[in-house]
Order: sequence, then structure tokens, then C-alpha cells
Amino acid sequence: MNYIDPHIHMVSRTTDDYRRMAMAGCVAVTEPAFWAGFDRSSPQGFHDYFRQLTDYEPRRAAAFGIRHYCWLCINPKEAQDMALAKDVIALIPQFLDEPNVLGIGEIGLNKNTKNELAVLEQQIALADQHNRLILVHTPHLEDKLKGTLLIIDAIKRNTRIDPARVLIDHVEEHTVAAVLDAGFWAGMTLYPDSKCTPQRAVDILETYGHHRLVMNSAGDWGPSDPLSVPHARLEMLTRGHTRDTVTQVTLHNPATFLGQCDKFRFDSATD
Amino acid sequence: MTYTQAVDAYFQEHRAKLIDIAAFFDRLDRAPGNKAPRHDDPRVAALRRCIALLNDGQPNRARRVLETLSDPTTAPTDQPGSPATGAYTPPNTPSSNANT
Ligand SMILES: [Zn+2]
Repeated sequence: MNYIDPHIHMVSRTTDDYRRMAMAGCVAVTEPAFWAGFDRSSPQGFHDYFRQLTDYEPRRAAAFGIRHYCWLCINPKEAQDMALAKDVIALIPQFLDEPNVLGIGEIGLNKNTKNELAVLEQQIALADQHNRLILVHTPHLEDKLKGTLLIIDAIKRNTRIDPARVLIDHVEEHTVAAVLDAGFWAGMTLYPDSKCTPQRAVDILETYGHHRLVMNSAGDWGPSDPLSVPHARLEMLTRGHTRDTVTQVTLHNPATFLGQCDKFRFDSATD
Repeated sequence: MTYTQAVDAYFQEHRAKLIDIAAFFDRLDRAPGNKAPRHDDPRVAALRRCIALLNDGQPNRARRVLETLSDPTTAPTDQPGSPATGAYTPPNTPSSNANT
């Protein structure tokens, strides 16, 4: 069974992980630009990171038959420094026409500050100017509910943005309804512990249905599992969901959202 | 998946998690500097509120636990403030067990 992981930070994974993901049926990944575990000291650090995402990672993935796509932005954790954010945002347009760049992301909020919100609004405007898809990061832990609602309001204020072209990630039980009700796609980010588990993600699917919901693994530098999506597929199957439903959620749903960018393609052997 | 199948599939896992929580509270009782329950650390106090709602007979427990732990304010802040701890604490709330 083939699947797409629409949010995974492959720069922090080994080549062995690409191999294991390919063996588990992964046919495409999309990698949002994010915080690297430390604050970069200059815009040049982001320039090099964007080159890594648009040049090196697609080749590393292709060796295992996986299509690699990415999203570019300054992440919310480094957006508190508005001067740095301005310089990084100015770098983005030169990369937007690279063949694997799907849009702007993962933009959003981290600590729900006014500076983060201002930088979020600038990057929503950037996506609007270039007519790109948007991928959104929501804060974790106690900041998530407030942050998600602030982000929804910020996107809605830009009335030219079609919510069906925005994927809001890291939803949990207390935020998923607000995201779906506002017309956005919702992503559940699976972690082995600490945040949304595969079991809870399947609970959310059973509660809210399969429409505009996707699952991803994050696969970042923290404790995470790049095979979380296959883990959740197994959870669905053991609960009696059909293979068609599992394929709908883990392959066709992400393909439908991502396919709104005509650069997005994947090679599927069986589905 | 039927009710019985769900119990069969998940009971042992969640039995173990429940005992983990019980052992965590026992560990806090033994810890030097413990002033609970009258001066609980705000995070522990939040956990006690969450535990109470697990058995209140109302649905949507996961959502309500997450809401109980969430920042209820709505305005963006001037500064990032302290790192997230997992349970909202109003600014300037003393942590009774800090430095102990
Ligand atoms: Zn991420």
C-alpha cells in the first residue's frame, strides 16, 4: 500500500530512513522549512537551507523512488526577530519556481506573539502574491488552542486566500473542528509519545470523518518516528477500516490537497 | 471495532498508563519539598483537574483535557514569555515547588 507523508523533516533523518520509508510504501514526501534546533545567525544560513531543500534532498529521496517536495518560509520560532524575518522573506521568491517547491510553509505561530503574527501576515501575503499553497504550523502544548484560532483569523483576514488551499497541521482533539469548520485542510502530526499518537489520530478520523484530513509524521530532530503514517495505517486496519479507506486518507487525501499545485506528481505502483 | 474488541485491544496498555500516573503522584508525595495538595505546582494542579473530568460521565474527554491545559487568553502577547510547560499558568503565578 502506497502513502504520502505530507510533513516530514528529512534534513534531520538518515538515508536509512528513506530506505525504510520506501520499503513501507512511501511514494512522496513534502518537507516544510522549519527551525533547525538552533537559531540561525544570518539570512545566509536560510539561503543554504533553502538550497538543501530544493537541490540536495530531492536527489537523496529519488535514490529510493520517493518524490521530494518542499515548502519555504521563515518558521515562527525564528520570526520573533522581525529584521531577520524581512531578509529571509526577501530570499524566498528566487526559489519559488524550483520544480519541487509547492508553496509557503510551515508558517504560523510558536508563542503567539505580535511579532510572530506580523511575520505570519507577511508570509500569507507572499503566498497570495505568488498564488501558492500554504502549510501552517500551530503551536504545541498549552499555546495550541489560542494559536490555532489566531492563525485562522489571520488567514481569514486575507480574503483572497482560499481555505481549501491551506493545510493547517498539528491539529488535536481541541482544534480540529475549528480548522475543518473554517474550510481548511487539517493535518494530524503523529508522535510516538508526547503529542498526538496514531491511536488518537484514528479516533479523530472516526469522529470527524475522512474529508480534508491527512496524517504526517513530522520526523523532526526531536523524538519522532518517520514511519508514523504506516503505523497509523496499521492501526486503522486492525480496527476494521477497509484498505480503500486507509488509502483514501493516507494517499488520495494528501494527493488531492498537494495536487492543487501542478508541480506535484507521484508514482504509485498499486494505488 | 466493537466495545468488547476495543476493551480487548487497549485495556492492558491503558491499565499500564493509569498505574504510571498513580506512581507519579506517589513519587511527588515522597519528594523532598512537596507542599501538595495545598500548594501544588500549577502543572500538577492542572493534572488533578484533568483527572477529575475523566470520571464525570461527560463525553469528549480528550478534547476537554486539552482545553483544561490550554491558555484561555485570546490576544497576542508582546514578548514570547516563558517556554511552554504543557499546562497554562497565568503570568506571575508562583510555582510552589520551584527550587526544591
Ligand atoms: Zn514541522
